[in-house]
Amino acid sequence: METLPIQVTVNSRTYTAEVEPRLLLVHFLRDVLNLTGTHIGCDTTSCGACTVLWNGRPVKSCTVFAVQVDGGEILTVEGLERDGQLHPVQEGFWEEHGLQCGFCTPGMMMTAVALLNENPDPTEEEIRKAISGNLCRCTGYVNIVKAIQYAARKLREGATVHVGGA
Amino acid sequence: MTATAVRGIGVPVKRKEDPRFIRGKGTYVDDIKLPGMLFMDIVRSPYAHARIKRIDVSKALAMPGVIDVITGEELAKANLAWMPTLMGDRQMVLPTDRVVYYAQEVAAVIATDRYTAADAVLAVEVEYEPLPPVLNPFEALKPDAPLVRPDREQKSNHIWHWEAGDKEKTDRVFQEAEVVVAQDLYIPRIHVASIETCGCVANYDPATDKLTIWMTSQAPHAHRTVFSLVTGIPEHKIRIISPDIGGGFGGKVPVYPGYVIATYATLKHKKPIKWIEDRSENLQADSFARDYHIHAELAATRDGKIRGLRVHVVADHGAFDAAANPSRFPAGLFSVCTGSYDMEAAHIQVDGVYTTKPPGGVAYRCSFRVTEAVHTIERMVDILADELGMDPAEIRFKNFIQPHQFPYKSPTGWEYDSGNYPAALQKALDMIGYQELRREQAERRARGELMGIGISTFTEIVGAGPSHTFDILGIKMFDSAEIRVHPTGAVIVRIGVQTQGQGHETTFAQIVAEELGIPVEYITVEHGDTDTAPYGLGTYASRSTPTAGAATAVAARKIREKARLIAAHLLEVSPDDLEWKDYAFRVKGAPDRYKTMQEIAFAAYTNFPLGLEPGLEAECYYDPPNLTFPFGAYVCVVDIDRGTGQVKIREFLAVDDCGTIINPMIVEGQIHGGLTMGMAPALFEEIVYDENGTMLTGTFMDYLLPTAVETPHWKTAKTVTPSPHHPLGAKGVGESPTIGAPPAIVNAVVDALSHLGVRHIDIPITPAKVYRILQEKGVAE
Repeated sequence: METLPIQVTVNSRTYTAEVEPRLLLVHFLRDVLNLTGTHIGCDTTSCGACTVLWNGRPVKSCTVFAVQVDGGEILTVEGLERDGQLHPVQEGFWEEHGLQCGFCTPGMMMTAVALLNENPDPTEEEIRKAISGNLCRCTGYVNIVKAIQYAARKLREGATVHVGGA
Repeated sequence: MTATAVRGIGVPVKRKEDPRFIRGKGTYVDDIKLPGMLFMDIVRSPYAHARIKRIDVSKALAMPGVIDVITGEELAKANLAWMPTLMGDRQMVLPTDRVVYYAQEVAAVIATDRYTAADAVLAVEVEYEPLPPVLNPFEALKPDAPLVRPDREQKSNHIWHWEAGDKEKTDRVFQEAEVVVAQDLYIPRIHVASIETCGCVANYDPATDKLTIWMTSQAPHAHRTVFSLVTGIPEHKIRIISPDIGGGFGGKVPVYPGYVIATYATLKHKKPIKWIEDRSENLQADSFARDYHIHAELAATRDGKIRGLRVHVVADHGAFDAAANPSRFPAGLFSVCTGSYDMEAAHIQVDGVYTTKPPGGVAYRCSFRVTEAVHTIERMVDILADELGMDPAEIRFKNFIQPHQFPYKSPTGWEYDSGNYPAALQKALDMIGYQELRREQAERRARGELMGIGISTFTEIVGAGPSHTFDILGIKMFDSAEIRVHPTGAVIVRIGVQTQGQGHETTFAQIVAEELGIPVEYITVEHGDTDTAPYGLGTYASRSTPTAGAATAVAARKIREKARLIAAHLLEVSPDDLEWKDYAFRVKGAPDRYKTMQEIAFAAYTNFPLGLEPGLEAECYYDPPNLTFPFGAYVCVVDIDRGTGQVKIREFLAVDDCGTIINPMIVEGQIHGGLTMGMAPALFEEIVYDENGTMLTGTFMDYLLPTAVETPHWKTAKTVTPSPHHPLGAKGVGESPTIGAPPAIVNAVVDALSHLGVRHIDIPITPAKVYRILQEKGVAE
């Protein structure tokens, strides 16, 4: 099978690789880079478990080819914590019981990070709309909303965080 | 030690499992990568019913990277083409001559990577001769219906007939009754659709002659026993590990063909084999829930006193009876369908039927048919109220089992342990402002607006179960815990149940913290590895806290009794002179003379009394004396859009009573999630087949899981009525909201339309369904 060279920065570290043109970004992250925090929950861009930030924008990495992100920057769940300090979104999910089985959580948190980058003070309705492309089967979303509100408060209060990827 | 330091029962302890999950460091099955690992993918049937004429694997085998293609013929030689189900039926692993459902496993490809395996699936050529599908269970019961299972001795599609209650007495009550209402209710086929699909990594190591399977399993020990029986490999040579599980809801209780084929493949190739379903495979072929065709009748007096319930169900189980009900209960605990109401008599009949669909009747956050039971009685009570012109709250108060009647023997033989139903409903009505809502409804109705208020006052039945009645494949439904207190007072707890998000690593630590006075952060809970955890039946049917939770408390109390002897030795008093108070053994009358569990633990290894066995460990295999009966009162308020038929849940209040609460934060989270999984089939989810038996809802674009936008902001409250027989008074909670919510929602929608003569709507109540009704009634906009 023909391969193509790519260079991509993931969580601030630059990787070069030879990949099949059809290799999905999510498989590149999970199987090639061993960053297994990004999960796969469907095949139809519906569930959002595989959400990562590509140049700061949330994308479903099951619907992006690895070759597409050549030269780009990717942020995954593994890149949220900096210098032993949890990102406020991670903290919020823990504090507010925003996760149960944890499978949708990384994708959900990446969408939340992207939302708060754009809108530091979202209403409940704005939060619900922003995460409507991420399915959670366990929590009923109430505590996910609270977790994102917690993170928004924390960020507005001036927590020093580096959200990277953009 | 203070309660603040211990953080035991009743404290909203932040979850111990979360730090790994929020960092993306959980270990789910697909995260496991072993050297030399091969990938398996499955060829599936495009027909619901067909004879297999020929399978040609040559093109697939010729592809670079393809190692093997396994067919039913090969498995048959190893006596593995069929496997037993947990219900004592048998199920094809791979077919030798015919397929009996759409997307059934037909052959398995083994390749060096997942992309090659997927390519090779397309290269396997299978020639089929289509046979007529059997999709409707009523048609399936007709004498001339095509036979779904010619392998069985009994040449019909009827699987079993099951009854509960007293037929004669019930018929008599119906003959005498002043009022009888009857209704057909269909609860359609649905799918749990946990966000993680199913899969495994099977690895046979010839050097140690040991088979290890990492598996999406809610019941690893039971699965180990099944694997041993199926393969003939001694049980100590099989290790099943359930790592982190991305949601289960009952869908990870059955043994799926993929697990067995991957196991066969690793034994054959002596290399690790990974098999992970994609979403469509998961939705199309894994076990389904519900599919219950119910005919229910309620007998009552003219003033609204319920006298009897008569129910007949035709249950569509698909092509294999692969449910996971206790063996004596092929219809699960459906006979709890007399619900929260005191009545003279009930008679329940269920007939299980084969159709050419994947195995049904399994689970959707309720394994044992309690959802169907609650839907039946909660709908019927509303229908009776409508018939008599009574308020749905009033008719419930009139018929509730009263607090003084517990323990209450139900007409179908269950002994409800404890409850206070009027208090729960009154609390719900007061909190939501029921009378005010009724006034608002009347005003809106006068303006032509459609607003409804629905009530559900359900009784749940969980904690299976007592060994005298409950077993799966003969294995009694006890559960277990093992506790080791290390010299420094740190603890490891191992339990026989398996979390899939319920937070066992936290709640079970809190139980031990409370019982031993050791801070929760010094307690680690492990589960899911059959080489280390004690034997248990696993987590489903809300059984973890009632069974393994009890085992944990009892094991901790055994440790405490030994600790008393050591404390007495250290304090130089008689054990009888000590009392356990404020998390320490204290000398009676001199509470300042005490020993903490930490001090005692050190002494257990360094300074124990002569003649006492060293160490501080205990285990318990807990055989529950009875089931537990959580309950709740739910109120749902809906508005219906006359222009679109859209149902909007304006408000939903859930008052739950699950007995003693170990971690209120986790319980509330369980209720939120359960309510959402109750709303989903009430309004959105349904598995649909076309006339050929092809499944039309095989992706998340067709099978609609609720998103954050459709899901309301759930409101919760509680009453606490401890279980009298559980060591902690706890009852279990995970499934209550999923069984309680659907009838509350349906009752609200029907209530909104009742003045138009609508008495019942089958779920899911989609906008299209509602709009058709609005058109029929001439009120569509």
